This record gives sequence, C-alpha cells and structure tokens, in this order.
Amino acid sequence: MGRIEWAMWANEQALAAGLILLAGGIVGVAGQFRGWEFASYAIAAGVFVCLLEYPRSKRAKGTSVERTGQYCFTVCVKAFGPVTRNYYVRAFLHAALCVPGGFMLATVLGCVCLGIASLIYLAAAVRGEHWEPILPRKDTRKPVAESIKSPPQNPPPRPPPEIRRKQAKDVEGAAYDNPMSVTDDE
Amino acid sequence: MANWIINNGFPALVWMTINTFLFVWYYLQYDRDDDFYYTRHLLGSALAWARAPAAVLNFNCMLILLPVCRNLLSLIRGSFVCCSRTMRKQLDKNLSFHKLVAYMIALMTAVHTVAHLLNLEWLNNSKLGVYGKLSTALSNLEDEGNETFLNPLQHIEAVSPPAESKEEPFKGRASMCPLYSQDPQQKPIKFAFTSIAGLTGVVITLSLILIITSSMEVIRRSYFEVFWYIHHLFIVFFVGLVFHGYGRIVRSQFNTDDHNATFCKDRPDDWGKIPECPIPQFKGGEPMTWKWVIGPMIIYVCERVLRFIRYMQAVQYRKIVIHPSKVLELQLRKKGFKMEVGQYVFLNCPSISQLEWHPFTMTSAPEEDFFSVHIRSAGDWTDQLIDTMQKLPEGAMGVDGPFGTASEDVFDYEVSMLVGAGIGVTPFASIMKSIWYKFKECDPKLRTRKIYFYWLCRETNAFEWFADLLQVLEKEMEERNLGDFLTYKLFLTGWDQVIVHFDEDTDVVTGLKQKTHYGRPNWDKEFDQVRKENPASVVGTFLCGPAALAKVLQKKCAKYSDVDPRKTKFYFNKENF
Repeated sequence: MGRIEWAMWANEQALAAGLILLAGGIVGVAGQFRGWEFASYAIAAGVFVCLLEYPRSKRAKGTSVERTGQYCFTVCVKAFGPVTRNYYVRAFLHAALCVPGGFMLATVLGCVCLGIASLIYLAAAVRGEHWEPILPRKDTRKPVAESIKSPPQNPPPRPPPEIRRKQAKDVEGAAYDNPMSVTDDE
Repeated sequence: MANWIINNGFPALVWMTINTFLFVWYYLQYDRDDDFYYTRHLLGSALAWARAPAAVLNFNCMLILLPVCRNLLSLIRGSFVCCSRTMRKQLDKNLSFHKLVAYMIALMTAVHTVAHLLNLEWLNNSKLGVYGKLSTALSNLEDEGNETFLNPLQHIEAVSPPAESKEEPFKGRASMCPLYSQDPQQKPIKFAFTSIAGLTGVVITLSLILIITSSMEVIRRSYFEVFWYIHHLFIVFFVGLVFHGYGRIVRSQFNTDDHNATFCKDRPDDWGKIPECPIPQFKGGEPMTWKWVIGPMIIYVCERVLRFIRYMQAVQYRKIVIHPSKVLELQLRKKGFKMEVGQYVFLNCPSISQLEWHPFTMTSAPEEDFFSVHIRSAGDWTDQLIDTMQKLPEGAMGVDGPFGTASEDVFDYEVSMLVGAGIGVTPFASIMKSIWYKFKECDPKLRTRKIYFYWLCRETNAFEWFADLLQVLEKEMEERNLGDFLTYKLFLTGWDQVIVHFDEDTDVVTGLKQKTHYGRPNWDKEFDQVRKENPASVVGTFLCGPAALAKVLQKKCAKYSDVDPRKTKFYFNKENF
C-alpha cells in the first residue's frame, strides 16, 4: 500500500461536491426558491467542477485507473497547461467557487463539500503533487540494433529459367549433394 | 448480473421487498392520514416524500452495522448447522451486502434531503404570508397560551433587512452572513444550522459524503489508512442520527375529533370562536430512530470488544518456512483456536501496519495442533511480510477468525471430485490433509473412499509447496497399499512448449508421479472415467475456481448422472470456498 496521493481523494471529493452543488442548484431553480440566482450559479459552478474533476490524474507511483470515457476531458483539461496542472490553483479556485453556494440552503451542502475538497487539494499541493494527464501509450518501436544486419537485397543465385524448367521434369537430375550431413544419426 | 442475482438473489429480494413496503407504507401514512392534513397543506407531498425515505433509512441504518460483525456472524453460522446452505453462504457475502445497504442509504439520504429543502422553503414562505389565508393562519400558531405551533420556523420578521445603525462598524456586513442575517432568504439556512434536526442533518450528511468518497475503490486500495480512519466518521453519523429527530419538528394534529379539518379549513378566522372549530392542536412526532439502531450499535460495540480481546490473545510462531517462488508458510498456534476445513483467518502484522488485516485461507487440517497459511507475494503488505519473516519477526502477529463456510460436505460422499483452479487450490490443501487424517484414524464421519483431484493452473509457479503436499500424500498412501485412494491430475492450462519425457517415471515439470497434462481437461473424458470406475456410487463434485468453470461442471454433472440407482450419480456443490 503506497503512500496516498492526497489529490486522489481530493478529486473524488471534488467530483462529488460538483454533483451535489449541481443537484442543489437544480432543486433551487426548479422549486423557484428564494435566492434562486444563487442556485443557477450553483448549477453552472457544479457543471464546471464536474468537467474539471472528471479526468483522473496519472499517479506518480502505481497504475492509474481511468474513468470511463475520460480521454476527451483529459485533452481539454490538459490544454490549460499550468493552470490546471497546479493544485494550489485548484485549491483556491474551489475555495472561491464554493463561497456563493453558502448563501442558500439548497446549495450549502455543495459549498461545504467543495470547501473540504479545496482543503485536501491544498494538502496535496503542499506535498508537491500535480496533475498529469493519462494519455494512451504510444508504442515506440525499438530502434533496430546495429548488429542486426539488413535483410539480403538480392535473391539467392538461381540457374536461368530454362534450366529450372528442365529440373522440374527431371527430379533425380536436379538433386545435388549437401556439403554437410543433414540427418541426425550422429 | 444475472449470476449475482441467482447467487445473492433471495436475501436481496427480501431486503428490497422490505424497503419497498416501508417506503410505500410510510408514504401513504403521511399522505393520507387526517392527522397530517394541515401539515400537508403547508408542505404538500414533500412531507410524505421526506418521511418515507426516513423510514427506509431507519431500516437500512439498522442493517448496515450487522454485516461487518464478522465474529458475530461466525457464531450465528455455527448455530445454523441444521439450516440450509444458502443461509450460511449469504452470511459470507457480508461486504457486498454492506455496500448495497450503503448505496441505499446514500440514495434515500438524497431523496430525504431534497424533500426537506422543499419543505423548509415552503414553510418559510408560509410564515411570510406568501401563500393563502389558511397557510398564514396555520403558520401563525405559536407555542403560547392555548396554541401549539405547526410551522417550526418561528419568529420571522416579514420585513426588509433593518437599517444600519451608526454603531454598526461593518455597515450591515454581519447581515451578509446567513447565521446573523434578518433576510428571509437566509431563514432556511439559519434554521438548518440552529435547530437540532438541521444541524445533525447537515453534519451526518457531510459525514456520509466523506465516508463514501474515501471508500471508492481507488482510495481503498491505494491507501487503506485514509479509508479506515474516515470510515470511523460512522460514529458521528450514528450519534447525529439518533439525535436527529429530537426536535420533534414534524408536527401532526391530535385534536382531530374536535376539530374537523375538512370543515374548518375554510374558516381560519373562526378558529377558537365557534364550537365546531376549536384551535387545532399539534404535537411533534417522537424520535423513532433510536429504537431501530440501538440494538445493532450495541452488537457492533460487542464485536469490536471481541476483536480486541482476540487480538490480545497470544499467537505463537511454530514454524516459518520460505518456499520456492517467494511463498511464505506460517505455522501458528493460538490458545482456544478451533478451525474447520476451508476456513480463512485475518492476519495483522503490527510492525508493518497497525490497521491492516488481510484474509488468508488456511492450509492446515483441523486435526493438526497448529494452523498454517501460505502467503504469496501479491502487493505491498505481503512483500513486507515476507521480508519481515525472513529476518525473523520481532513482534507477534494478530489473528482474527476463523471465518467462512466450513466445507464439511466433502466428507459426506463416497467418491469426491475436487477441482481446484489457480489460487483456488489452497482450501483443498486443508481438505485433503483432513481427509487423510480422518481416513487414518477411521473417523466414522468420513464416508469418502475415493478422491479424484483435478488441479488446473497456468503454471505451477508459487505452488511447488502444493505439489510437495501431493507427493507426500501419494507416498503415504502407497506405503499402506492404498494407491487408489487418491487419483490426481495436474492440468497446465498455460503450457504451450512441451518437452515430455515418456521414458522417465516421474514427470519432469513437477516431480509428480502421475503425468502432468497440458492444456485444459476434457471433462467428458474425466466424468466418463469416474463413472466407469465407480458404478452405483454417489459422487460429489466440489469446485474452487471461476464461475465459468462452475457452469461447465454443473452441466457435466447433470449429463453423466443417472436416475437408475445402479448407475452413478453426480452432485455439484456450489459452495465457494
């Protein structure tokens, strides 16, 4: 059991928080609650967090398990370079995103969950972790070693076509003596 | 999925039926009862939608602690000797059931929370007079004089935020914080964080979310400590759950005999003034959850105490052997330890990790005065264990168990076909040793006269110790002229480069007397051979291996069985070791 990369748990927590924020936002808007503007914000923020957190990072040590169909999300998140790579940025981003959720009951749970995710990301950042995309492995062919000789360029020497045709009819005459013994009696 | 249903079907079906029944029963109660007429007027169907999941939650929170009480389950299993095998096997699928119940708790929590969000919003609006006359009248009932309240949101000023006073340094900034705000938008949050139900609700839901995110498989497998520590938030969960209903905020009318809602609902102004409509009186529902969960909570505490006691019992090392391919054999002794064939124990090595307990099937027979496990290198913990044992251990190990279904049916058949695939061969070490001991001592419980053992594996790497065991048994049997007692065949299913020496007596690959076979067994041939050699016998077939193989064997058993008592009958035993 290797040392945990805190980002792994932060990622699960943030994804859950995104979903909860989204759900709370939907309830707030659909129910036309007081402060539904905060709920509509929560829907947008929830979707954004889910999209950001869906692609799992590649683990520094050990096998990484991808989420289903995360490749396209990986590409999008990777495109933002250092902003999404750095976990300090993520920690502060989530902390900022969660604040408006605290102003309405329907979204307050999402707010707290996202806040906790932000704290775990902070811990991950302090420990020097960062986000790495999981990309499909490109099979690099090993360069051919020097000692392997290139295949022969020319076909083996053969008699001219007329004589080959003659040999096909006369099998006995076509036989020749081997320079080395090919039976295994010895 | 279908396989799962068949294997786990019956108890899961019963559980789901109970859940559905509870949901529908409580939904209808809160949706139809006269006592809740006025409550429903304020809350609509959201009342029933909140209370029905609450009932299902009570039931499932009661259940969730039970599957993880493995010592308790062992005790129960022991007393179910007479009962059906499916019952005993179900108790072994404890962790799957625990997860299933957890998913149900999560789902019901979501429904319950959403319903209560709606409830609080509508209660708030009622208090503010947004809805009709009746709602306002109901919400205005306070807990004073000859009134009892219905709407738990009390003392709202239906005015805009107060003007800032000159002394206020933050100029109304304090009112931004929901807990101090007078803004009606913040009333539900204020209620959530200041009422017992609200505060406990938020805390336990948060605990539940943290437990779930840290229990995801990636986290569990990578860093067990985080999973285990965070999982202990269940203590917070249960304490909060028990106190969640203490506010008694779900109110019902108790003077329905005097005050008929159908008649009086249109006359809120006349309440208390006309004899037909005295003021409606309300009381809160009593907290019920503790009645559901107190039993399992006590049982779980007993389980943890028992585990601790067992942990404290001394475990002595009898022998430590390192086999080829880095397989560690540990022979241990523990006072009062009684095992049966095919069972497993949990081992803990404090010098590696205080918290990790890993299960291993025992490879010794109950007749021996010690118990043994064979441990292969399969991850961090096992690697460290093998290293520690090679350097001779300093501390004692912890042993919890034994657990698991005893595979005692193997002794009941005159002829047994035992099929072990890969790592599934491990319980058969225990079984075959036990059969041999029983045979030597002429144990009357043993009816077995002949064993056919089929060992399937890709390669014998890491199983040399098992091959040695077979050789030892073979030698002992020959010494007693009982060479026919055990017939075994080894099938190397991954072998494609074959150099077979027909001249030599023993096989080159594993040194076993009977020849090793390459490729998968031809079951038709095997069953045919067994049938020919054992006419008019009852043959029991036991498998420890993949489910696909189970299907094949079951079909063959059916195919080669005959109703005629003079012919052979095959029974396939579905037990999973």
